[in-house]
Amino acid sequence: MVKQFANFVIVVFGVLLLTFLLVHMVPGDPVEVMLGESAAPADRESLRAELGLSQPLYQQFGSYLSKLSQGDLGKSIHTQTPIIELIKQRYPATLKLTFLALIIGLLIGVPVGIYAALKNNQWQDWMVMLVSVRLSSMPAFWLGPMLMLVFAVWLGWFPVSGMESPTSIILPAVTLGIGLSAILSRMTRTSLLEVLHDDYIRTARAKGVSEYRVIIRHALRAALLPIITIVGLQMGSLLAGAVITETIFSWDGIGRLLVESIEKRDYPVTQACVLIIALSYVLVNRATDIAYRLADPRVRFAA
Amino acid sequence: MKKYAALILLLWLVAVVGGRLLQLNPDFINLNAILQSPNAQYWLGADDLGRSVGARLLAGVEVSLLVALIVTIVTMTVGIAIGVLAGFYGGKIDQALMQLTDVFLAFPGILLAIAFAAILGPGINNLIIALSITGWVSYARLTRGQVLSLRYRQHVVAAESLGANVPRLIMQHILPLLISILIVEATYSIASVMIAEASLSFLGLGIQAPHASWGGMLRDAVRYMLIAPHYVLIVGTSLMSLILAVNLLGDYLRDRMDVRIEA
Repeated sequence: MVKQFANFVIVVFGVLLLTFLLVHMVPGDPVEVMLGESAAPADRESLRAELGLSQPLYQQFGSYLSKLSQGDLGKSIHTQTPIIELIKQRYPATLKLTFLALIIGLLIGVPVGIYAALKNNQWQDWMVMLVSVRLSSMPAFWLGPMLMLVFAVWLGWFPVSGMESPTSIILPAVTLGIGLSAILSRMTRTSLLEVLHDDYIRTARAKGVSEYRVIIRHALRAALLPIITIVGLQMGSLLAGAVITETIFSWDGIGRLLVESIEKRDYPVTQACVLIIALSYVLVNRATDIAYRLADPRVRFAA
Repeated sequence: MKKYAALILLLWLVAVVGGRLLQLNPDFINLNAILQSPNAQYWLGADDLGRSVGARLLAGVEVSLLVALIVTIVTMTVGIAIGVLAGFYGGKIDQALMQLTDVFLAFPGILLAIAFAAILGPGINNLIIALSITGWVSYARLTRGQVLSLRYRQHVVAAESLGANVPRLIMQHILPLLISILIVEATYSIASVMIAEASLSFLGLGIQAPHASWGGMLRDAVRYMLIAPHYVLIVGTSLMSLILAVNLLGDYLRDRMDVRIEA
């Protein structure tokens, strides 16, 4: 546990260092790249002073960390808004999208996985697995436009993009959630198949418990743990997938903020978005790991 | 299934070579043909500037495969070197290198590649650099794990006690056993680099106009979805066929070489 915590601290430190160094990897003079060649010399000097670019690197990193600990992520070069305010505005939209995607993934993935496990080695099983394997290898920037074409343009069920209507969230959430549902259905199928051959399932059946009850109460319960782990680990990947999905559907979350900041060469915002997404990912993974240890007595006592 | 994969890949290859031989011009602008749906002159329709979608797809697949090959070769070389180093020597070196891969893995998906591409600026060279910087980690992990389990196999220990030096041990006694697993990994990685390249180009960070790229075309196609749905459909279907084919090839090689790769 101590070793894992140390490793966690090192990883967080590494993430901070790498995102800090990002701005220093800009080819040429970052100030000139950000403000453009026509900027007034006074503006350049003030930005240079603000970013502290003339100090030695380790001092810059030190002040970056100390500002960060006070919740100060710097200011946007374009709007002069504190970046923390931008993140506060945008992050909830991303969270909303990711949670809905997660729920969609669960609602599709788990039942489909149970179905495939029950039809093990029949054509239904084979079909489900084929579709889910192939679906999970399709990228969001393909799935998003295809869903948009069918359900927004042709059928007109949902708005094409934006976030005005309450149904706006459906298509981006499905885009994000389908990949997850494919992974979940495979995981549910495998872990169900593993326990379905266990003695206690045979006992339950021998006692005359209905098949429905055997699956839901006895088998699924034991199979749930790996599913929860996958959900936790995928949660962070959803955050990354949100970058592309939000851009496709003009969903004003942190992913779109990142892409917008790149287009405007607003590097402090880019840096902050990358940091926030990566830290969220690391934290969710860590929490999943701890929850897994607490939930499974076998893992807890083995440690 | 595997036959289809080979067939699709072959078709693409023939199409690219054929396009070259026919000297199709992916950049030729015909303002009378803007967003035309498929017809006798433009088999796959025309894009928003009246350029042939078919010709641009072929030009795009060429660039995409080229980028994927270069990135895969670079990341494989670097990843294997780091993995061997960590797995063979173990101890502090192993710990430090694995710590480093942990930091890289802390950035989900292509986030880090997006960050690097954003900072380095758009363009094909920077795209290759961004994808290479972030792509070596999986090879390093895979190689390290394998080397760790092979390091004290009897034949390696025997060679060592007979006086074989370290490069010989690695090149002659350890790496040959890894080749099949690395080939399978490389096939999948070509598909994932193609996806990553297209994602970055889709975000406007990769290959720049006027050069054709599938990500860029898909982005334009989304923009004109309401008036020219065939455009997004054609680009989307093409992209899907190629990614599926490469993945199927990976599955085939995996089954054929009987290697197990942990997820």
